[in-house]
Amino acid sequence: MLRLIIRRLAIGLLVALTVMILAFMLTRLSGDLAISIAGPQATQADIDIIRKAYGLDRPLYIQFFSWMGRAAVGDFGQSYFFKDSVANLIARRMPITLTLGLVGLSLALIISIPLGILAAVRENTWIDRAVTMFTMIGQAVPSFWLALILMIVLGLQLGILPISGTGTWQHFVMPGIVLAFTAIPALTRLTRSGMIEAMASDYIRTARAKGLSRARIIFKHALRNAAIPVVSIAAVQLGFMLGGSIVIETVFALHGVGYLGWESIAKNDFPVVQAVVLVLASIYIGLTLFADILNALLDPRLRAG
Amino acid sequence: MSISAVTPVAVPIPQTSRVGRAGFAIGLVIVGMVIAAALLGNAIVSADPFTQDLNNRLIPPFWMDGTQAGHLLGTDQLGRDYLARLVYGARISLLIGIMTVITSGLIGITLGVLGGFFGGRVDDVVLFAITTRLSIPVVLVALAVVGLLGSGLGLVVATLGLLLWDRFAVVARATTMQVRTLDYVNAAWCAGASTSHILIREILPNIASHLAVVGTLEMALAILLEAALSFLGLGVPPPLPSWGLMIAEGKDYMFFSPWVIMIPGAALFVLVLGINLVGDGLRNLLGTERLR
Repeated sequence: MLRLIIRRLAIGLLVALTVMILAFMLTRLSGDLAISIAGPQATQADIDIIRKAYGLDRPLYIQFFSWMGRAAVGDFGQSYFFKDSVANLIARRMPITLTLGLVGLSLALIISIPLGILAAVRENTWIDRAVTMFTMIGQAVPSFWLALILMIVLGLQLGILPISGTGTWQHFVMPGIVLAFTAIPALTRLTRSGMIEAMASDYIRTARAKGLSRARIIFKHALRNAAIPVVSIAAVQLGFMLGGSIVIETVFALHGVGYLGWESIAKNDFPVVQAVVLVLASIYIGLTLFADILNALLDPRLRAG
Repeated sequence: MSISAVTPVAVPIPQTSRVGRAGFAIGLVIVGMVIAAALLGNAIVSADPFTQDLNNRLIPPFWMDGTQAGHLLGTDQLGRDYLARLVYGARISLLIGIMTVITSGLIGITLGVLGGFFGGRVDDVVLFAITTRLSIPVVLVALAVVGLLGSGLGLVVATLGLLLWDRFAVVARATTMQVRTLDYVNAAWCAGASTSHILIREILPNIASHLAVVGTLEMALAILLEAALSFLGLGVPPPLPSWGLMIAEGKDYMFFSPWVIMIPGAALFVLVLGINLVGDGLRNLLGTERLR
């Protein structure tokens, strides 16, 4: 077990390092950073000053190692636009993104687990097909379009929810629904297939032979085993949701980390872009690590590593 | 960081023939119609998708009051014919979908087949590449690349192609592992076939059906992502009528003229649903869920 954790941790760190290199290269794609920062009206002298001030005159690998060294202890440098440290900016925006992610994931689980169980115990009936159709439709709806429709219907026509901003908990309802929709199809299908597999297994036959009630078999025996992959996928989904909430945060003007990323891309604020990519990737790496360890704890067969 | 935790699980769809086949047929009809619209649409629709007419802005579509005979689906905020823009947009969505699948398929299948076939160190590297790719936030990085390098159709395709190869790699790797020990591959070894011959002539054709299913899923995903990028203003540049861009441009008018976002959004939804139905139909038809 310990060996498994150490091995996974090592791989996670290696992945994080690779993402760091990629994030660094990403912001260097556009060529000369100093010219972009200086803006279109800058003279050559201005550009030279900026290049010196931001340390962009140093060789690329030195720039990378100095950034990496400081990023490793949480110092991502200064934002060019917001005149604040990048770490502060992200720390201030993170609660909004996390709230949105957790609301979205909870909603998704509340809807998809019962649906998946229902489809599995009624396999190959019209209920099962209706659930499958629902997941197909959910997969095909563009999230930003769903967001706009909800704004028109719930915000304007019914007037029960605020359209944008972050003031109260009501502001998280619509974005939460939209974000949940991005995870519901996958989670529903997974619960369904896990339950079908579990219901066909030997221990369920034993439970049936013992004369246990149907409810007890479904919820006590089958669900417990079907839940294992769902738990780990839920953690991974949360990672995807935090990374994917950029579209939803932008539509609803929720000032979270995703919105920060979008703003800084539009403003050529490279230190922020680099940091947001790295932070979101690190959260994902952490969550998959957590999911793997949880899996190994729940299912002894996976402990061999 | 096991791949199993992040591998999209193929689920046996309730496939009692009739319903499954109906879905497949509906999907084929939808995709066929969109392809036809993309190829022939602008020849049939007389209006030009780029000509502005500021005297005739935001004319509603035919099922509402105050429509105009010349504009079946109305006009946008600059008076451009919405039907003409919609069928032109079909071209962009399909083009991006197909080109992205080709690019990401080349990358993912190559990596997956090599990893699955050779195993050992090669496989470790491939697995590491997949794990790393999965940890990268796709939308953010795609936005950043397009934002830094400037928008354009080719750039969007290249960016999405470089980002969406993970599922191809995962499936190609898993299926190659299953196929490489089968009798016909051993027979080919005994007959003295070269490694490249076995990879290309024995392995690839036998995993192709699985890859076709992945291809449809990735195409749908690429189309949705392009629309999202264009919606955020960092995808296909105006005045090209990408459906995502049409929704973005209509957003300011949606409370008074909701159809400006409903029409392109519905088109996007129907196309993606059609592609997914085809993918599911293929999966049932080819019986690929058994192998995964």
